[in-house]
Amino acid sequence: MSTATLTKPVPDRQQPPRPAAVADEGRIGLRGNLRHIGALARRNMLQIKQDPESLIDVLLMPIIFTLLFTFVFGGAMAGKGNLDQYVSYLVPGLMAMMGMSVSMSVGSGINEDFQKGVMDRFRTMPIARSSVLIAKIVVEVGRMLLAFSILLAVGLILGLTVATSVLHVLAAVGLSLLFGASLMWIFILIGLTVKTAQAVQGIAMLVLMPLQFGSSIFANPETMPGWLKSFTDYNPLSNLADAARGLFQGGPVAHDVWMVLAWSAVITLVTAPLAIARFRKKT
Amino acid sequence: MTRHDKNPPAVQVRGLVKHYGTTKALDGVDLDVREGTVLGVLGPNGAGKTTLVRCLSTLIRPDAGTATVAGYDVVRQPRQLRRTIGLTGQYASVDEKLSGRENLYMIGRLLDLPRKDARTRADDLLERFSLTDAARKPAAQYSGGMRRRLDLAASMIGRPAVLYLDEPTTGLDPRTRNEVWAEVQRMVGEGVTVLLTTQYMEEAEQLASELTVIDRGKVVAEGKVDELKAKVGGRTLRIRPADSSQLHAMAATLAAAALNGVAGAQAVADEGLLYVPILSDEQLTSVIGVLGARGFAVADIGTHLPSLDEVFLAITGEKSSGNDTSDDEKTEVAA
Repeated sequence: MSTATLTKPVPDRQQPPRPAAVADEGRIGLRGNLRHIGALARRNMLQIKQDPESLIDVLLMPIIFTLLFTFVFGGAMAGKGNLDQYVSYLVPGLMAMMGMSVSMSVGSGINEDFQKGVMDRFRTMPIARSSVLIAKIVVEVGRMLLAFSILLAVGLILGLTVATSVLHVLAAVGLSLLFGASLMWIFILIGLTVKTAQAVQGIAMLVLMPLQFGSSIFANPETMPGWLKSFTDYNPLSNLADAARGLFQGGPVAHDVWMVLAWSAVITLVTAPLAIARFRKKT
Repeated sequence: MTRHDKNPPAVQVRGLVKHYGTTKALDGVDLDVREGTVLGVLGPNGAGKTTLVRCLSTLIRPDAGTATVAGYDVVRQPRQLRRTIGLTGQYASVDEKLSGRENLYMIGRLLDLPRKDARTRADDLLERFSLTDAARKPAAQYSGGMRRRLDLAASMIGRPAVLYLDEPTTGLDPRTRNEVWAEVQRMVGEGVTVLLTTQYMEEAEQLASELTVIDRGKVVAEGKVDELKAKVGGRTLRIRPADSSQLHAMAATLAAAALNGVAGAQAVADEGLLYVPILSDEQLTSVIGVLGARGFAVADIGTHLPSLDEVFLAITGEKSSGNDTSDDEKTEVAA
């Protein structure tokens, strides 16, 4: 069919164009997707390199919060002189709190990206639109890991004890990262829905504060009134804090770990498709 | 299919409609861009130019009508279509925090170039668009002209068959605007098909071979640049008498002479000029002949073609579409 070749719609001038790895139907294979996510994640990392101040939250938050909570609440909770006891209670749970705070910043980041034109370029390119979002999450999970590392370092200095093994600690970190990553989809969805980055922060704070403090992160829910205790029991941050605590200190964790996995799965399955659809339609 | 056509248009738009709420941003637009040519889409702010480009680049879905680019349907084959287009302009842009090179490298990788090729391509394009010296600086530090050149370079990485330039020089000073024009002309010389939207008549005149004028989502005129001008009228003679007090006498003489088809000689005392619309060279000769025969001394004489601004105003019949006079009027009212 020589006529078909003649009227082939894309004129290839001089140089050989795109590599053959790309299927002609336009579908993007797994390798292509990974390559795109890699290139976009690199972009997000270069942004951090260009603007190192954007790391200040994950560098300072773990230090300030750990010191603050330990010295303000520690004495009251565990009794004067028993600070390290409270540190061991607090620090595993703080991963849940910081995971949430870090994932919040994704929403405003996505929103800011949209104020600039570069998103339009991405969306006119032959890449899966979800790869832009996934790349952002990959880099934010890296930021989260950095925050957790500093948190644990500060905790160890203040007297955090680990009764189990390094593997258990890593499992707790992994669980917190997973839950944090699933939360990012919620904040991405918010970031794609509201108009400005400031609004993202505003809405997120309203959600964040009750969830973070109405949990077992800072205090044992047994000491709380009944209605609040019911809330904390269903708060996934309590599950995560208890699971992490159990993994650090030993004890039964299966229920909490499963709850966290289930929450992460449900949140991701519900909000990720919504966020991607929103991203696709956003004009 | 259009197999019988030797060269099907690179861009074909039929009855394209896009609503935003009750406003019709596009209200049944038809246009063709022939392969290897530049179509200028001209219109005032809010005419629907950007909506058109966004439909054609798969950023938004049209509500009705069809559009194909390089043979691919914008709604049914968006993935294939995205491989054939490049977009530069008001919105599509680069990452300001990344350097010029990083931006181009990233786009190369997103277009599935192997690492090495992405690097070479980035360097080649940086050199071609005279950005080598600034290659490592973040794009945020680039001047307006450098930014647009980087935008153009970014659009060229995938060797697009069709390039959309959405108001590529809006907000640029005249010198950088000329630079961008030169680059566009160069790309066209290499065989890229271009759809250019602009509100500057001069830009359309410089770059486009054919024009589609749109206003309120509708095509109000189309054709070659010269055809559109001819549609609006011929040239205007501009005569400066040696003695400006003779202006009105000259106008009266021309009116009395009733030369074939010459009508509407207009004396503008403020400028000391006499304007005479003419349609042919013969009319020019006879106007000069009459004035000479009556002994009027002429200090200066010239002709000018209607600018595209005038063409545009004549077509849309709307004086207030984005030109300066309306602003002046408003200021006067306010003062």
